[in-house]
Amino acid sequence: MIEALQFLVAEPRPNSFDVDDTSSERAAPPRPETAALPLDLRGLRKSFGDNDVLRGIDLHIPAGQFVTIVGRSGCGKSTLLRLIAGLEAPSAGQIGFGEDKLPGDVRVMFQEPRLLPWARVLANVEIGLGTERSSPDAKARAEAAMIEVGLDDKRGQWPAVLSGGQKQRVALARALVSRPRVLAFDEPLGALDALTRIAMQRLLEDVWRDQGFTAILVTHDVAEAVALADRVLVIEDGRIAKDLLIDLPRPRQRGSAELAALEGEILRDLLKGSEDAFEL
Amino acid sequence: MSLVETLARPRTWRLPQADGLIQWIVPLVIVVVWQAASSFGLVPARVLPAPSDVVVAGWKLLQSGDLVRNIWVSFWRASVGFAIGGSIGFAFGLANGLSGLSARLSDTTLQMVRNIPHLALIPLVILWFGIDEQAKLFLVALGVFFPIYLNTLHGIRTVDPQLIEMGRIYGMSNLELFRRVIFPGALPSVFVGVRFALGIMWLTLIVAETIAASSGLGYMAMQAREFMQIDVVVLSILIYALLGKLADSASRLLERLTLSWHPAFQKA
Repeated sequence: MIEALQFLVAEPRPNSFDVDDTSSERAAPPRPETAALPLDLRGLRKSFGDNDVLRGIDLHIPAGQFVTIVGRSGCGKSTLLRLIAGLEAPSAGQIGFGEDKLPGDVRVMFQEPRLLPWARVLANVEIGLGTERSSPDAKARAEAAMIEVGLDDKRGQWPAVLSGGQKQRVALARALVSRPRVLAFDEPLGALDALTRIAMQRLLEDVWRDQGFTAILVTHDVAEAVALADRVLVIEDGRIAKDLLIDLPRPRQRGSAELAALEGEILRDLLKGSEDAFEL
Repeated sequence: MSLVETLARPRTWRLPQADGLIQWIVPLVIVVVWQAASSFGLVPARVLPAPSDVVVAGWKLLQSGDLVRNIWVSFWRASVGFAIGGSIGFAFGLANGLSGLSARLSDTTLQMVRNIPHLALIPLVILWFGIDEQAKLFLVALGVFFPIYLNTLHGIRTVDPQLIEMGRIYGMSNLELFRRVIFPGALPSVFVGVRFALGIMWLTLIVAETIAASSGLGYMAMQAREFMQIDVVVLSILIYALLGKLADSASRLLERLTLSWHPAFQKA
């Protein structure tokens, strides 16, 4: 593990994996220490009052898969993520994780970093250890997570002095520090500028490849969805409208023809439902 | 321009050690002008004694021990009253901020009581306690209670719910959530309450000592009025100003120490 971390420090952007290496990793992704959990969603429904947000989601996500969920505003994609993360209870149906999950197995990252402004960066990361935060190695683990997101030099800072992208990296370190087996992202890059967002996408991909958790990312950015995902789900009116496997080698070349074609296909699907709105 | 921006601007044109002195320029100028006006007979000593006369009066009182004794009595009343009223206000603020039941039970009552000017209770308080220490402590505590109660309550209610959800997700117990998220989040607002309360503390104490007391700064001023010692009256007023400034500085220092994470308190 330490070697892997040092490798990340020496080369904070390990997007220079050669293709052979990448494909072998995809065939058998490394599973250091923790094993990802699969997800089984059966007949999942959620309504708020009379408003049916999710109308029956049946879905199996194999362990270690990177799934992105796209959809128009209000389609229920964020609600689906909150159900998976256990932040809300489903109105009907169930979510299984293959086995009993422990606290700390499923972590969420939000669009806002949600750092405690009155705690130093390292203390914020330690919060991610959950009930283990009083253990003697808590500090060392938090420091390792900081190295992983490339912010080791900021551990003693107040969150207020960090940039938006740095705050999100701290939030990522906090989510990673407990070695989660499922990591849910609710538009974590939505508030970042374009360049920072691309850097963060690479970082997300790197930590996912390094730690091998099951990743579920909700995004409104279709380009981001196809660049990162093994599988893209399009949600429409509370149902899965499209389930698309993306079998392209990683790291993927941004702006390549294949990605653009996939992006166009998904965008067409998303816009189909709202053609009326676009024909004026 | 926001406070944060103002504080963050570089201040290279000013010597750093001048920062602490610059605030005293205006009071100093006032004293000098006042002394000059008195010396040249522009202001009759019967209306306003010269600063030098006030200093002399202060020196005499200092030597007789009256000044120190009266300041000490007033200071003791102020701090004990503040501690009592402040802790009760803080406790109610916590209870009503954290528990909906507690808020439903007591908030309406407290809001009603709040609208009674607490100094209007002086006749009642004299009937209850006479001019004993309890009377002053009761009035100070009552005056201090409300700003601290209201601001503690406000601080707790405005803690970012997203941070509370974050704390819950990461498995914080209620106690931990309070200690690590809610209390630090409410602290800036509590300090606003403390500074309001310090002002009310002096106001209440002086009024109470002026009306019903046999010691303390307010009593000293009233007694001096009886004997037409206008220099002592002015001395008392100046001491109020200094004590008020001292209390404010103390709370600012406490703020800087505990809110060092806050962007407004960070050194540029």
